[in-house]
Amino acid sequence: MANYSVLLVAALIVLSVPVLTLFIITPLIRASRANKVKLEPYECGVPASSLAFDHRFSVRYFLIAVLFIVFDVETVFLFPWAIRFKQLGLFGAVEMAVFLAILLIGYFYAWKRKVLSWV
Amino acid sequence: MTQALLMRYLLWPLVKFLGAFIVVQAIVAAMNWVERRLLGLIQARLGPNRVGWHGLLQIVADPIKFLLKEDIVPSSSEKVAYFLGPMLPLIPTFMVYCLIPFGPPPMFIAARVNVALLLVLALTSTGVYGIILGGWASNNKYSLMGGLRSAAQMVSYEVPFGLSIVGVLMICGSLDLVRIVDYQANNAWNLFPQIVAFFIFFVSMNAENNRTPFDLPEAESELVAGYHTEYSAMKFAFFMLAEYSAMIVNSCLVTLLFLGGWTMAIDGKGLTTQQLVSMGVLGGIIGLAIFLTKMMFFMFVYIWFRATFPRFRFDQLMDLGWKWMIPLALGNIVVTGVFVLIGQERLMYWIGLATLGAIGFHIFRKPVPAVKAKTAHEVAHAS
Repeated sequence: MANYSVLLVAALIVLSVPVLTLFIITPLIRASRANKVKLEPYECGVPASSLAFDHRFSVRYFLIAVLFIVFDVETVFLFPWAIRFKQLGLFGAVEMAVFLAILLIGYFYAWKRKVLSWV
Repeated sequence: MTQALLMRYLLWPLVKFLGAFIVVQAIVAAMNWVERRLLGLIQARLGPNRVGWHGLLQIVADPIKFLLKEDIVPSSSEKVAYFLGPMLPLIPTFMVYCLIPFGPPPMFIAARVNVALLLVLALTSTGVYGIILGGWASNNKYSLMGGLRSAAQMVSYEVPFGLSIVGVLMICGSLDLVRIVDYQANNAWNLFPQIVAFFIFFVSMNAENNRTPFDLPEAESELVAGYHTEYSAMKFAFFMLAEYSAMIVNSCLVTLLFLGGWTMAIDGKGLTTQQLVSMGVLGGIIGLAIFLTKMMFFMFVYIWFRATFPRFRFDQLMDLGWKWMIPLALGNIVVTGVFVLIGQERLMYWIGLATLGAIGFHIFRKPVPAVKAKTAHEVAHAS
């Protein structure tokens, strides 16, 4: 437990670095001569034709995110199994093979439905 | 009594953490100069050499400039998220320095946790939040696309990144980084039995950090500067800091997982942890030096890659991640499992060694005809 409390206190210390610099140090010493044109969103020097919030983006990003959830949970599930792999022996290997087979069916289904190909 | 406990369990680890933090910040600041100078040398030009001796004062000049520059917050941006963007990835990447052993265990690790590797992975993967938040909050089309691409890329390579570690865990049987290193000192570097995993880990770690050849989020020819297009001054510096800190974390991880960390031993002979600890302070310094040397080698390879490889196209990048890396990583787990089950673990070390030998032989077989290019120094002093 003690080691985790170190992590917590370290997080607080680290948090103070950006807070101190962004809100206390830089406002005192930085230049600030903002004007309307300077604060416009950047678009290669011309007035912005539209803002990012006006646009929609490709649904593929969502699909990738959904697939990621599946595979990341799988990875986390594999970690404790891998640590005890030598003790579990053949039984553990077969169990995990079944799990991976189910997962691979889903993986190839996604592949066939062209979720994985970007173009 | 409580004072002694507080001293032992909180203050002393925090002092170590701060030490690691300051040293790493120094390395990050220095890397900025090293990277530009090395890129210059590789591309036969000079790089920054004006400020101070060989441009070394550039390390000091850049932070000062970051502090003094005007901080522009675009009027159309989402203010709170815009501030959170650069701050979020910073905190977890810095927290990781608590968990990483930089040398022989009792001295050079701030908080030894038995699930250290899992915690490191969890903390480093939160970096994606800052990038997508910053990209979205800027309310700029380039930023949004850069942020989305970056999120998709980091998320895609997170999977092979994690899967490649599973093979190492199957061999070493622990998530504790110290135990993983000790296992390697008592056998051999994990690089040999897990050479495929090493390859996957190394490629994914480049992709995770948005480094060339995977720097799609910052593809300047199409997206200006990607997710940090609208960021200036200190906020931009925080993005860079987080990126370089994450690079150092990943270099540390690859050193610990595949190259035996601070030890230099095969089959328990050589500089193992016990050997280093028994040597006292000197052993600690030697261990730290070995670790830093290995780590800096990977930092050098990052820069080398940046100077050498052209950028991927986005669909190629996603194909590589999803259609090649993931099946390869799963195959590696299956093959490792089979070898461990039939009790032929030793054989994997020899296969890995043979593979490395074959690669080495292939590279050095034909001497590449030498083109005598002028060095940057000669070019500069020619006229």
